[in-house]
Amino acid sequence: MVLMLGNEAVAQGAYEAGAAVASSYPGTPSTEITEALARYTGIYSEWAPNEKVAVETAIGASVAGGRAFSAMKHVGLNVAADPLFTVSYTGVNAGLVICVADDQGMHSSQNEQDSRHYARAAKVPMLEPSDSEECRVFTKKAYELSEEYDTPVLLRLSTRVSHSRSLVSGGGAERTAVAIKPYVKNPGKYVMMPAMARGRHVFVEERTRRLRGYSELNTVTYSEDRKIGIISSGIAYQYAREALGDGASYLKLGMVWPLPDDLLREFAANVEECVVIEELDPFIEEHCKSLGIPVKGKDMFSPLGEYSANAIEKALLGGRDAALSARPPGTHTQAAMPSRPPVLCPGCPHKGVFYAIKRLGLAVCGDIGCYTLGALPPIQAMDTCVCMGASIGMAHGMGKVRKDLKTVAVIGDSTFLHSGVTGLINVTYNKGAATVIILDNSITGMTGHQQNPATGTTLMGEKVPPVDLQKLCEAIGVRRVFVADPFDPDAMTKAIKRETEAADEPSVIIARRPCALLPVFKPSKGQRITDKCKGCGMCLKIGCPAISKTGGQNGVDLMAIDPQICVGCGFCQKVCKFGAISAL
Amino acid sequence: MTKSILISGVGGQGTLLASRILGAVAIGRGFDVKVSEVHGMSQRGGSVLTYVKYSDIAVYSPIIDEGRADYLLAFELLEAYRSLKYLKPGGKMLTSRQQINPMPVITGAETYPPSIEEQIANLGVDITALDALQPALEAGSAKTVNVVLLGALSGFLGFSEAEWRNAIQATVKPQFAEINRKAFEAGRASVINIL
Repeated sequence: MVLMLGNEAVAQGAYEAGAAVASSYPGTPSTEITEALARYTGIYSEWAPNEKVAVETAIGASVAGGRAFSAMKHVGLNVAADPLFTVSYTGVNAGLVICVADDQGMHSSQNEQDSRHYARAAKVPMLEPSDSEECRVFTKKAYELSEEYDTPVLLRLSTRVSHSRSLVSGGGAERTAVAIKPYVKNPGKYVMMPAMARGRHVFVEERTRRLRGYSELNTVTYSEDRKIGIISSGIAYQYAREALGDGASYLKLGMVWPLPDDLLREFAANVEECVVIEELDPFIEEHCKSLGIPVKGKDMFSPLGEYSANAIEKALLGGRDAALSARPPGTHTQAAMPSRPPVLCPGCPHKGVFYAIKRLGLAVCGDIGCYTLGALPPIQAMDTCVCMGASIGMAHGMGKVRKDLKTVAVIGDSTFLHSGVTGLINVTYNKGAATVIILDNSITGMTGHQQNPATGTTLMGEKVPPVDLQKLCEAIGVRRVFVADPFDPDAMTKAIKRETEAADEPSVIIARRPCALLPVFKPSKGQRITDKCKGCGMCLKIGCPAISKTGGQNGVDLMAIDPQICVGCGFCQKVCKFGAISAL
Repeated sequence: MTKSILISGVGGQGTLLASRILGAVAIGRGFDVKVSEVHGMSQRGGSVLTYVKYSDIAVYSPIIDEGRADYLLAFELLEAYRSLKYLKPGGKMLTSRQQINPMPVITGAETYPPSIEEQIANLGVDITALDALQPALEAGSAKTVNVVLLGALSGFLGFSEAEWRNAIQATVKPQFAEINRKAFEAGRASVINIL
């Protein structure tokens, strides 16, 4: 038995199933699956520029006869929804598994949408493991199902399944030898135009009907008294099991779409009271109700956030729990304390761009990445953040309504290539005048340093010609493209000011400096505040977690730099008007 | 008998490594183990909770609920205070005395609560606070504060020194094995003296 992250166990399952090709785009909490896949030999793994391209690559691999895999976070499936809905019609040649990781509680996401709706809407089966061993087993099972039923299979994870470690058997990594299947040209199955698609739709409806009878991954256990019956799946099942133990009966669903109508009816008939415990939307609950099965669900549980054993216990048993009522004294009387929101790291180059933007008082259409943290105090330099790539489209739209509002779009290198490029094409095509700042830190940062087409390295570590962002923007039709160093505050400010005020045409400023967590950044001994400090607080505005207003005595506010946190980037030196910061 | 150990700290302090070593030592005994981590945005200097549970019977939820932790291992004082609500009655708190200012304190919007250690003790909580930074520096790296604290926790968990040594060896990269071993031993020695 090996202790494995749920994400690593999915990779192990795909490896054991003989997966030949994996194409994904990083996104918390799904990222480690594909990183783990890249460590196995015999699987070709890649980062695609976005989830749509990743799924299309996987579809191609499947049609060509190799078992294929793609992983993404919940919102990534929105991007990949277009191919998903139609690969449901074409079905597969070799098995195709698309893994989607939901983020209940929004630990690192912009919404907490429930991916199960996609399974129903696209009419494809969805499996939902509840621990790492199930991640491994269900992934293998997904490949069998995919080929047996001629369908892509969705595998739904959640943050707590993806990012929990539990015991996995068969860590010896035995790989099933799966031969590449023969490729046979079959336009009736793979060319989806109306005449062919009509025929395939008939097949899809029939497939769903047959899958309803598939119950291999569902388990039923009855308690002695059969009073409370719990219908659950995934991580919610683990919470329920911990809260209620052997005192309740359980129908644990391993496949959450299509749902097994007969089994649901049978289970409900065998218990006195039936409760559906599922995080987020009443997906199983509403299905049960549509079958006329009397169940409780969201009348007792919230559609918001994560559940817990405590919450389930409280809802079902009325909080009759000794341990809870006898918490440590003070648990409820603890004084209020400062929160600790995430921050941009010491040495982060994004600080330089935000510093310049703040000086100019611009409206900022933001995007998805580390730099979204620029929305928080003390920087607070962000007006909007919606989805990957939205910054450019939104800045263009704002510009079409208001000429008086000086707006910039701020977007990372990886996000720009994901879906910002099309937004920029829209700007040049439709005579917009947006100023776009590409924060090029040479890596995909927030998800933990993944390569992307602009870094010149692939997931498997090969060197390739990087996408030239400057030339790309020029080719799109942007005439005003500039490269600037975010740690040169005056040059950066000047460039942004010029482009937002002067030019009545689109411009792109590439703010180029590598992430401070990359090996290319060499931390130095650090900076210190000298006795020239007047306590003006200008250096606090850059939002560096190493600098604080704690250096003074006797009521005088002076600055201090924590040597344990400072990495010596020296940006604070450049913003101090009194020369009061120097290297140690 | 299930043991629940909550590790709290600031993103970047190495709660993940500590939890993985703990997981490894529990597996060595043949226990069922679940470890839950937080990745992504919270890792950027925010509050981070990591959960470790092991048991001679099955562990279901990977999460430790409020009021349920047997041990609370805190890498930073304010985070110790923040996560106190997870400790069960009679539970044990081990914390580093290190203080890292959160952004609201840095900007002057709020102040770092004074005398947290005393406040927690005054609530009747069994607390041991350590100056973990110095032994970590002596072991060879400030980054081993996590392992110093783990060493201190080891004094309470009933695994042998050899079991811990194996767990550390199996978890950390070979080039860091020696400094982590030193850090662990310094932490362990610090509480063995108290016990």
